[in-house]
Amino acid sequence: MALFEARHLHKRFGGHVVLEDISLSVEAGELRGIMGPNGAGKTTCFNVLTGRYKPDGGTVMFDGRDITGLSPREVARCGISRSFQIMNLFDEYSAIDNVVIALPAVRALGWSVLRDLARQSSAYDEAATILQRVGLAGKEGAASRSLSYGERRALEIGVSLAARPKLLFLDEPTAGLGTEGTARLADLVTTLKQQVTIVIIEHDMRFLFALADRVSVIHWGQVIAEDTPANLRANPWVQRSSLGSQTA
Amino acid sequence: MSHSPAPASLLPVPMVCTLVLLASAPLWLDAVGLYQYLAVEIVIWMIFALAHNLLLGQGGMPSFGHGAYFGVGAYAFGLCQQQLGAELLGGLAGALLAAAAAGAVVACFISHRRGIYYALLTIAFGQVMWFVAIKWHAVTGGEDGLLKIARPPLRVAGLEWSLASNEAFYAFVLGVFALVLVFLWRLVHSPWGRVLRAIKQNEMRAAFVGHNVWLYKWSAFVLSAALSGVAGGLFAMAQNSAYPNVMSLHNSGFVVMMVLIGGGLVSFWGPVIGAVVFILTRDLLGAYTDAWLLWYGLVFMAVVLFQPNGIAGMWQVWQAWRRRRAATAAAPKAAAREREA
Repeated sequence: MALFEARHLHKRFGGHVVLEDISLSVEAGELRGIMGPNGAGKTTCFNVLTGRYKPDGGTVMFDGRDITGLSPREVARCGISRSFQIMNLFDEYSAIDNVVIALPAVRALGWSVLRDLARQSSAYDEAATILQRVGLAGKEGAASRSLSYGERRALEIGVSLAARPKLLFLDEPTAGLGTEGTARLADLVTTLKQQVTIVIIEHDMRFLFALADRVSVIHWGQVIAEDTPANLRANPWVQRSSLGSQTA
Repeated sequence: MSHSPAPASLLPVPMVCTLVLLASAPLWLDAVGLYQYLAVEIVIWMIFALAHNLLLGQGGMPSFGHGAYFGVGAYAFGLCQQQLGAELLGGLAGALLAAAAAGAVVACFISHRRGIYYALLTIAFGQVMWFVAIKWHAVTGGEDGLLKIARPPLRVAGLEWSLASNEAFYAFVLGVFALVLVFLWRLVHSPWGRVLRAIKQNEMRAAFVGHNVWLYKWSAFVLSAALSGVAGGLFAMAQNSAYPNVMSLHNSGFVVMMVLIGGGLVSFWGPVIGAVVFILTRDLLGAYTDAWLLWYGLVFMAVVLFQPNGIAGMWQVWQAWRRRRAATAAAPKAAAREREA
């Protein structure tokens, strides 16, 4: 059975249909890529899948459970986590505090009002491990706004990992990264792939095709193709797109 | 290796300084030309401003109608005393609960909002309560308010202290202030407080990592309203009355000005500083001119324009400058030592 399945998702804003009919099925342990031109509805698709928007039609199943229309908080508590295309961090906080705040252990402590969070050393140790995994060891105490762009990208993923998700959505993780940053990110995603099921929206096809097990192509609010990277290269749409030529 | 930041001190220096300064105030107030009642009012406003800053500074929720909960507390204290025969602690508990209840209802309608919509809704609800206070003669006494509210004695374990004098009442108010101060200090460093601050920074991300943002905002509002109510109850005792003006938009504005001038946005201690500055300015400028609020307003505008982080912000800038200067002064010496070595 698929870990995650979206069936016939439909979403419109006013009279504007953004998602016509999206069906996606992701197996546990898979790394799924989602690509498509600008405005194809990729990010909207993520927002529907992770609870930011309610779909106007269709269902979302996760781990055998219907999660259609749940709020972001409820989706997060099911074990689904996401990173954002536009950086979305707790800017006043240090790198480690960004991760600590996102830990389920801290969430559970949330209503104890007289304990000092700084004394929860197990939470901080766990967060430090996560920072190490995303390559931010040594930056624990740095203010998140003082980090470099690439480091903030990594922290963005670290915060998503803090929830110990079963399924991780990454929305354009390479956006704004240079060649070196993208290479470092590819290493990170390769490692993460061993531990968690991942769905990535990405423009950089070289990056995506190197990492993904399967890739879904979204266009006009529908999945127009879905296959392994090797087979997709033969797809006419992929070949026609200017991006496709880079990987040829 | 531990990665935890240093835990919050149980007795931070500013807290000790504030409490020592306030506790010794009766000894030197006369010498500097102030008087005991003024100190009472300052400490009450400190409690109110701290409660307000839990929303504005810690939670990023601009409540511009907070005078309402201060006022509900004042009226509730008076009503508990005059209708139910409540004594000191019973009256204050009534003030706390009534303000918390009012806050709980209002927070239900506003906790899914943020920014300017949040601010406008808080003003609207504040005005509703002010209007009720004026019009509901049978309960609130209308424009006259509730008069002859007594300062009941403090009774603990069979002992009794009269709070009739301003000196004795000041000691009691200071005790309440100390409790509130310690509680809020613990609160902002607790997981709850840290999540609240994360919500201030990025509400959407907080929801996406699984926090119940609505409930945090709601509970912060209720807590803030409850503590404002306590301040209001103390104010009713201080003034021996409760009247519509305590919940007016004026009062709501004053507490915002205190918090901002003091630097509540960047420091826990901002509201404490702001309350002192505000009340002293009112009193000292007020002695020279009836238009003191005009001058205060101009100073307020200057602060917001040039130093939006208030007095605490200036202090932090100065500290950072001193550290930089110390670092640059140390660098050549270290280099010289290295050359010698």
